[in-house]
Amino acid sequence: MSTIKFLTDNELPFCKGCGHARVAKNTEKALLKLGFDPLDVILITDIGCHGIIDKSFLTHTVHGLHGRSVALAGGISMGISEPGKKTVVFIGDGGATIGMQHLIGAAHHGLNMTVVVHNNMLYGMTGGQPSEFTPCGFRTPVLPEGSKNEGYDICKLISSAGSSYTERVLGIGDYSDSLAAAFSTKGFSLVEVMEICPSYGTKSNPGLKLSTLVKGAGLEVKVFKSTNKYRSHSIIKPIETNLLSEEHLIEKVFETGLKGSVSVSLAGSAGEGIQLAAEFLAKAAMKSGLHVTKKGSYPVTVGVGFSAADVIISSEPIDFTGISLPDILIITSSDGLSYARATAAGMNKGKILIDDQLEPPVTGAEIIKVPFRKKAGEKNCSLYSIFWFLNTFHHLPVDAIKQVFLENKISAKIPIEKMMEV
Amino acid sequence: MTSLADNQFKGANKIRKTAFINGSILITESCVRAGADIFIGYPITPADLLYQYAVKRYPKMMAGPDEITTLQWMSGFAATGHIPVTATSFPGYALMIESVNMAFMMELPIVIILVQRLGPATGTATVGAMGDLSVVNGTISGGFHLPTFAISNMKDCWDLPARAIKTAVRLRTPVVLLTSKEMIMTLCSFDTSELGEINKKQISTYEGEEEYYSYRPDNDGIPPFLPLTQNRHQVRLTASTHDMKGIIQNSSQEAINNTKRLHNKIINHLDSFSFYEINEQPGADTLIVSYDVSAQAARKAVYELKLIGKPVSLLIAKTILPIPDVYMDILNKYSKVIIPEENLDGQFRHLLFGKAGRNGVSGVNGIAKMISPEAIIAEVLK
Repeated sequence: MSTIKFLTDNELPFCKGCGHARVAKNTEKALLKLGFDPLDVILITDIGCHGIIDKSFLTHTVHGLHGRSVALAGGISMGISEPGKKTVVFIGDGGATIGMQHLIGAAHHGLNMTVVVHNNMLYGMTGGQPSEFTPCGFRTPVLPEGSKNEGYDICKLISSAGSSYTERVLGIGDYSDSLAAAFSTKGFSLVEVMEICPSYGTKSNPGLKLSTLVKGAGLEVKVFKSTNKYRSHSIIKPIETNLLSEEHLIEKVFETGLKGSVSVSLAGSAGEGIQLAAEFLAKAAMKSGLHVTKKGSYPVTVGVGFSAADVIISSEPIDFTGISLPDILIITSSDGLSYARATAAGMNKGKILIDDQLEPPVTGAEIIKVPFRKKAGEKNCSLYSIFWFLNTFHHLPVDAIKQVFLENKISAKIPIEKMMEV
Repeated sequence: MTSLADNQFKGANKIRKTAFINGSILITESCVRAGADIFIGYPITPADLLYQYAVKRYPKMMAGPDEITTLQWMSGFAATGHIPVTATSFPGYALMIESVNMAFMMELPIVIILVQRLGPATGTATVGAMGDLSVVNGTISGGFHLPTFAISNMKDCWDLPARAIKTAVRLRTPVVLLTSKEMIMTLCSFDTSELGEINKKQISTYEGEEEYYSYRPDNDGIPPFLPLTQNRHQVRLTASTHDMKGIIQNSSQEAINNTKRLHNKIINHLDSFSFYEINEQPGADTLIVSYDVSAQAARKAVYELKLIGKPVSLLIAKTILPIPDVYMDILNKYSKVIIPEENLDGQFRHLLFGKAGRNGVSGVNGIAKMISPEAIIAEVLK
């Protein structure tokens, strides 16, 4: 056995009779048995009495937030690529209560760590309040009549979540072999150490034996069946080495006489190609050497309701991407009309191109009715509206939008002649 | 510092091949080139695009099960020598706050991109806002400063993420990159040939032979870093009040001095991460101060006011927290100061001038839509 030490010679910082000291000593013994170097071990402690052990350990130590130690350990263990390292978490029943999701998640993902739950069935640091681990009938200073609820069976929960090794031990005597078994298991492992807090548990439950309490609570002291084998965590690897690739570049190939800016708002329904139509318009403008911005608006449920987009095309750089009132408002559906009604009402100039089946909104703008839906159908009416707009008003060369269309895979499904009909 | 005038009069005719991209692409590319090697995210609108591009581009990307875990994982990765980034919006940021405090206390470099949306609470996820400056300013218990940058245009989407990474690593601190839905989702024509080179930030580590104390600072007030992956020296990290060794203390003088150092290390290095644009017009008595998405409207307003013979100066704050002293020097030169912000009460205005305010200081405020150049112009001409 190694003669290396994991604990300082200083007295351990726990109350007389506290099982936490025995956890520390058994941990040292288990690590020695396995031949670890102290600086190959990272001990992550939670908040609670057990957490003050850091200063006694000669390993790396990390002391985080209440209940979050398992999540922190997850980041640490995943951040380690060097072999031979061991991540150990000390947590109490209070921390396991507040951080249960992290425990379940770490077991589920098979994160490489051993969690040692110091379960003394109450909050020892703050006066003996009950945790979700307090068994039925167990008394604490704030529950003198005893808890009326059953506590969590963390071992059952964790083993079913995918832990590779799970064991419950009574926190008396030498249980270093149990810890060593957990420490030497790849992936997630957990040992629950049952204790009675000498300051609050023993005093509130005089004469109660730990083994009697655990048995009475229906908590089995055993190794639980592993439900999963070790698997590595799911880190996604990159598929691109540069997001600023050529595919985003658009070359100027057409000339336009446009001076100043034109703002176009499109309002229609989700699933009817509003965003694509707006992007086509923007790209056509870029092919004509203009500056553009394009942004979309839609409810969080992207598949239903309205879909709207604003496009600004300009001969000068665009500082402000907002549109107070557009020069052109295109409305292709009733959803779009509902969305754009307030905008239309504010317009006292410009043009509104609206599907001819819709009742035009109240506005000071010129209304132009176009059979967008009848001509192109609901799926393509938005795209058609852009073609119609450019074919009619010539803000951009029509060849520019045709080229954008033909470069897109949509051109394989829709004949361009259909788009060009006015 | 760039001249706004240079940008305003750039003609379209020069442009031949231009990218059609959004700010999220630039932010992601900038972070990775600057050395960020892992993105951990929990999906939230309107930060979705940053998540999507992270999947493609970061050397490692992980899907966190929630925002608390995300910050804890990031801290763990940072403690093992990685540079993690996440992106979120207010509801997620609210969950992160305790863990940001932990990372701040442990002195771990992480970057949080906070994409603002309309609140309170879940508010409207798909509507932009500038409502979170106050909460970012109050993130760290005790009033300690999180270096915070605000993105004002596409070029900032390139420049500021890299600076955020460098600041986080250099100062060993969490850094917030403040932006909003408009800035990261709007597609723009953008000349990428203007983008400067980004050098990868390397994490320097302690190379000394004497015993390593995790929180013994160098002369610059910053403790040298060692990852938990090495076994030459013991590393102790803690979120609790601690001495230089990283051992928990109640309130020993050494520990309190260490806590004070956390404040001082940010303030004392503020000049190294003070970024802003200033366009001072001769004869102007009015200064517009702006940041984030309202800077768009401010730029246009200043341009149009100049066309009508009303020169107005413009300060665009890119380092938003802590507030650089130079902003005060600039503010004091103007009798009239106007601060447009997409929130109701003027959060930056209150940070600069307090509740008492100052004669000649006013805001242009609103929610649920972008502050317009016309509204700013009207305030200037009032």
